[in-house]
Amino acid sequence: MSDAAIRLSDVHKSFGPTPIIMGVSLDIAPGERHAIIGPNGAGKTTLFNLISGRLPVTRGRIELYGQSIDGLPAHRINRLGLSRSFQITSIFPRMTVFENIRCGLLWSMGYRYAFWRLLGRERRLNDAAERLLADVNLESRRNLPAGLLSYAEQRALEIGITIAGGARTILLDEPTAGMSRSEANHAVALIRRVTEGKTLVMVEHDMSVVFDLADVVTVLVYGRIIASGPPAAIRANRAVRDAYLGAVAS
Amino acid sequence: MNETLAHPGTRPVATAGLAGFLQRHGAWILALAVALVLPWLFYDWSRARHSGFVVAMLSQMSMMAIFALSYNMQMGQAGLLSFGHAVFFGLGGYCTAHVLNAVKEGTFWLPTELVPLAGGLGGLAFAMVFGYVATKQRATAFAMITLGIGELVTACALMFKTFFGGEGGVSTNRMIGTSLFGLGYGPGIQVYYLIVAWTVIAIALMHLLTRTPLGRMANACRDNYERAQFVGYDPSMVRFVQFTLSGFFAGIAGALYALTYEIVTFDAVAGAMSANALLMTYIGGVGVFAGPVVGAVLITLLQSWVSLLSNSWLVYVGLLFILMVTFAPGGIAGLIAMHDPIWRSKRLGRLAVPYARVLVPGLIAVAGFVLLVELCSFLTIGAAQGKSFKLSGLTIDPQRPGAWLVGGALLALGGLGLWREGRGFRAVWESLMEEIKAAGRA
Repeated sequence: MSDAAIRLSDVHKSFGPTPIIMGVSLDIAPGERHAIIGPNGAGKTTLFNLISGRLPVTRGRIELYGQSIDGLPAHRINRLGLSRSFQITSIFPRMTVFENIRCGLLWSMGYRYAFWRLLGRERRLNDAAERLLADVNLESRRNLPAGLLSYAEQRALEIGITIAGGARTILLDEPTAGMSRSEANHAVALIRRVTEGKTLVMVEHDMSVVFDLADVVTVLVYGRIIASGPPAAIRANRAVRDAYLGAVAS
Repeated sequence: MNETLAHPGTRPVATAGLAGFLQRHGAWILALAVALVLPWLFYDWSRARHSGFVVAMLSQMSMMAIFALSYNMQMGQAGLLSFGHAVFFGLGGYCTAHVLNAVKEGTFWLPTELVPLAGGLGGLAFAMVFGYVATKQRATAFAMITLGIGELVTACALMFKTFFGGEGGVSTNRMIGTSLFGLGYGPGIQVYYLIVAWTVIAIALMHLLTRTPLGRMANACRDNYERAQFVGYDPSMVRFVQFTLSGFFAGIAGALYALTYEIVTFDAVAGAMSANALLMTYIGGVGVFAGPVVGAVLITLLQSWVSLLSNSWLVYVGLLFILMVTFAPGGIAGLIAMHDPIWRSKRLGRLAVPYARVLVPGLIAVAGFVLLVELCSFLTIGAAQGKSFKLSGLTIDPQRPGAWLVGGALLALGGLGLWREGRGFRAVWESLMEEIKAAGRA
């Protein structure tokens, strides 16, 4: 048994002959807020895709609460309590905001592929969807097709869909990318609130968001971890400054 | 444009009881009333007989409405383009023919009224088998596999004579004498009312399906299958269940076909029938639940009525399909739905004149086109059949240039007018939309 929420052991990933992830080992403790940073092309999103089952690993092992999940299809990993958002907003654009949230709840509330129950009559489900809608501050947009929301609202909706299933482990891929300062501040507050008590892993470029939200920061450069630790230690780390932070500062 | 948009999460505060039911389903109830009354408008009182042609056409429309709606469970609701949907229609029909024959011989007892259920279960069973293969894939791969399945089953229909009866098909007799209501089902009108009853049941069930967890996730997988995976659903399983249920309803339609014609041949599983489902659904409109019903009525009308008037009716269906795909991808129902905001803001009257101005050159162009097509047809097929081209008493000789010139001139003139007036129409439409948007903001 392992006490880590997520444990990566010597994970490798290549696209054809091109290695992207070259031996990543990492433990993420339950309840931790973990940020993964690194320059463009470092493999952060690829790492997320490996953990969430969107891509198969080339070599190595991924465990979720001690259970091996590498090789499982994405929906099975999701059912084990790991949920994610995407760098490019991924919602159901033609459905209403409310329907989007409700779709996020269906599986976790045991509806499976039911074709003999009418959604409109499932009070427990609809109440849960209304609550979640309020949690992500989208009540006023309830009946609007999700594709018509503003960008920041769509990001908030995606976070809503991501947490709807009650997963213990949440992966957010650049949740504040493309947002204005005030929108990003709102998003950070939202993320902090709705991931209370859960394990949070996020890829983020915005350093103020990272140092605001994260307990642990891991720096990934060209498929390898060069440092991992509390934000203060990372900020002080020489190698990180040279490889990444320095470039941002200057 | 989207079914889910028309039904937001929980129902809006609706009038309770019967009044509310009538209000919400007014259009459907009206359609049912028309379906029930229509045969009597063509009743020949002097000879006390129904019009066989009208009853047959209405029966065909009704079963095709089920068939097209079942197709849209895949195409519109799940985003699956199938080229082999007739397989489940036809196999449902074959199963029904065999069940009818078995009941007739006394092998087992089944009321005539429940025979369509046998077709449905047949369609369901085969959809499980073929769906297991097809629904592992989506998009183009899915379309290719269904095309293959369609060809495969058509070939089998000619090879395995015990089940399919070879080229002659399987004949049957619907008068099995097991009616729960003591009906003989000899006259077509009795079968028609049985078809209407089953159509009501099938439409109601398919409509309810759109409001279930499965129906909603079918939409979700259509819109973004990857997101569906990351909320715990296996998109291929969603496709499989949806496909299987769609096969059930196609099988019911096939059963009604077997009851009506008392013979099922390989035509019922063949590519042309699958194409029919696609045409009806697309022309009717994939984005609105009732769209395929509109398509089924229109295409059946063309098939049974226009085909009497012209050899070239398929040319018109083909042209209509191309025009719809190009200019109105939402189908007829989509076009109607586009008028909804204008209707609700009580501005529909402002479109009357622009519509008339488009209609006149439109009709001229259509007349020119029809004349040219018919001239071609009489030059070739008509000549072979020894027919002559008569238009309100006037005999037209396709060998002489006069009619060709008139046709060409009408088409060119109408087309030019349509192009000009179409721009004017678009300007009026856009200004109306702007106006409504502005009114909505105020």
